[in-house]
Amino acid sequence: MKRASRRCISKGAKSSRLDSLPPCGGGPGWGVVPWGTDAPPSPTPTPDPSPQGGGEEFAAPSRPLMRRIPAVCAMAALLLALAALPAGAERLVSSLSSHIVQITSNFTGVELTLFGTVENDPATAPRNGGYDIVATVTGPRESAVARRKERIFGIWINAESRTFVDAPSYLEVLANRPFESIADAGTLHREQIGIANISLPQQIGPDVADVTPNDQFRQAFVRIKHERNLYGEITNGVTFLTPTLYRASIFVPAEALVGNYDVDVKLFADGAVIARTSSAFEIVTVGVERFIANAAVDHGLAYGVATAMMAVMTGWFASIVFRRD
Amino acid sequence: MEIYLPIADLPVNVFLLLGMGLAVGFISGMFGIGGGFLMTPLLIFVGIAPAVAVATVSTHIAASSFTGAAAYWRRRAIDVALALMLLAGGIVGTTSGVLLFTALRRLGQLDIVIGLSYLLLLVSVGAMMVAEGLRAMLRARQGKPVELRRPGSHTWIHGLPLKVRFKQSKIYVSAIPVCAIGFIMGFIGAIMGIGGGFLLVPMLIYFLRVPTSVVIGTSMVLTLITMASATILHAATNHLVDAVLALVLMVGGVTGAQFGARAGQKMRSERLRLLLGILVLGVGLRFAFDLIVAPNDLFTIRTIVESP
Repeated sequence: MKRASRRCISKGAKSSRLDSLPPCGGGPGWGVVPWGTDAPPSPTPTPDPSPQGGGEEFAAPSRPLMRRIPAVCAMAALLLALAALPAGAERLVSSLSSHIVQITSNFTGVELTLFGTVENDPATAPRNGGYDIVATVTGPRESAVARRKERIFGIWINAESRTFVDAPSYLEVLANRPFESIADAGTLHREQIGIANISLPQQIGPDVADVTPNDQFRQAFVRIKHERNLYGEITNGVTFLTPTLYRASIFVPAEALVGNYDVDVKLFADGAVIARTSSAFEIVTVGVERFIANAAVDHGLAYGVATAMMAVMTGWFASIVFRRD
Repeated sequence: MEIYLPIADLPVNVFLLLGMGLAVGFISGMFGIGGGFLMTPLLIFVGIAPAVAVATVSTHIAASSFTGAAAYWRRRAIDVALALMLLAGGIVGTTSGVLLFTALRRLGQLDIVIGLSYLLLLVSVGAMMVAEGLRAMLRARQGKPVELRRPGSHTWIHGLPLKVRFKQSKIYVSAIPVCAIGFIMGFIGAIMGIGGGFLLVPMLIYFLRVPTSVVIGTSMVLTLITMASATILHAATNHLVDAVLALVLMVGGVTGAQFGARAGQKMRSERLRLLLGILVLGVGLRFAFDLIVAPNDLFTIRTIVESP
């Protein structure tokens, strides 16, 4: 761990790219953030408890590292950190091209790259079926009401409604091939692979419970979210560059909420999960947009008075500019 | 060029918004109305949530009515006493309107109430204006003088107690109908996001017999104050006013209004009223269409905003 961090910093200093130096000391896998940015805490990208259960020390083999590319440096930190973990069959390593997405006035969405590798223990026999990767990106949770219109007295009005409690505002499931060819239905359900298997609990009376995937409110909720590019499944979204090196593109539209986005990556082989890792990124508003959004919520009255004053000033200014006498 | 709206929480093309502001401003300048009844549906059409659209348009109307009011103030064509009394009713109306708005939003029936009130109000007022405009044009064609103010004919309104004299308007009426009109304007303004100039002007002329020369200026002062207070109340209670959206709209709006006013002066007044009637009726029928025709998607989803 310590060795990895120090190595990273010395490389950064040598190539005088301090601003893009990943804060290796804060934990592995933080990619590129502006110097001085607080990296939000994230779980260690290793299975816990270890799927192998071993606890012996493992000598970290030194690996050739590419210089000057901070993302690679971050990945190297991950690899080295993982190398110190117990020996096992496979380990999953992943990182994101960026961990902080800033919303500015011309924000039209962002595309992030998830990349990583499957670490293979040379002692283990290679898998015949190859590996499968499923990455699930979950945005900040919020409650929402789904309503169904009905015709009453000749006009269409909202009748029945259901409340979805703490549903992900954004949900993207990426895989290298269709889910049903990765594992059987029972495993997919247990591991919550695919939108149909992800729990979207509804408020039913005093209880909160999930419903079957073919519930019409649930289907409508997923469909509307999909139309807004907020929910999606891309079963060819993960590409294996080599049998063990993978990458995927995560697109977050402009409508996405600010907050923390969790990226959960699962490694499948022979229809079962053999390793998993997680990462995260955060969408933040900056500058004027952040100021306005915060002011509107925190100081509603002052914000209202200021907005009304702005209207009066604009009107007054126009009456001066366009004065005809 | 896309611009991110912090409260509406979505990016919109800034030139589209400016163009909408210019177009609505042109119409509002031409007819001497606020134009909220056109702007709110346009914003909803662009994809802005109806609640944010209603709250933000009130800011936009406040700006355009200030420009108008300033011009009438220079011409001394404002009855301040009448405006203040209308305002007393207006503030109560706006407050109760914002409260009802908040309650309906919680019940999930806000969209239907906005839609239905637009439908009823615009279709009835629009139909009346078209009929009146056609009659006036017919009379003009037959060579008869255009009747602007029906003489005498006191109605039950003039029999009410608490009479007050308004010097500028040269009227002597009860305070009750004045406050009631103010209340109605404030109430529907808060619910529907409209200044209601197209309603207030005929009400002042037909019910209170206010002379046409002071009616528009006075109505603009009232619109300005009710819309400015609606902005503050919506911002304080529902946090729905988008300042960025409002600014872009009002810049387009006040500019368009200047050109609209010049175009309007070249047109005959009865033709102008007929055109406005057709416009109002058209928007109303558009709302009727939405409510009566089966929607493409029966389902809608709305995020629950926890009130602080």
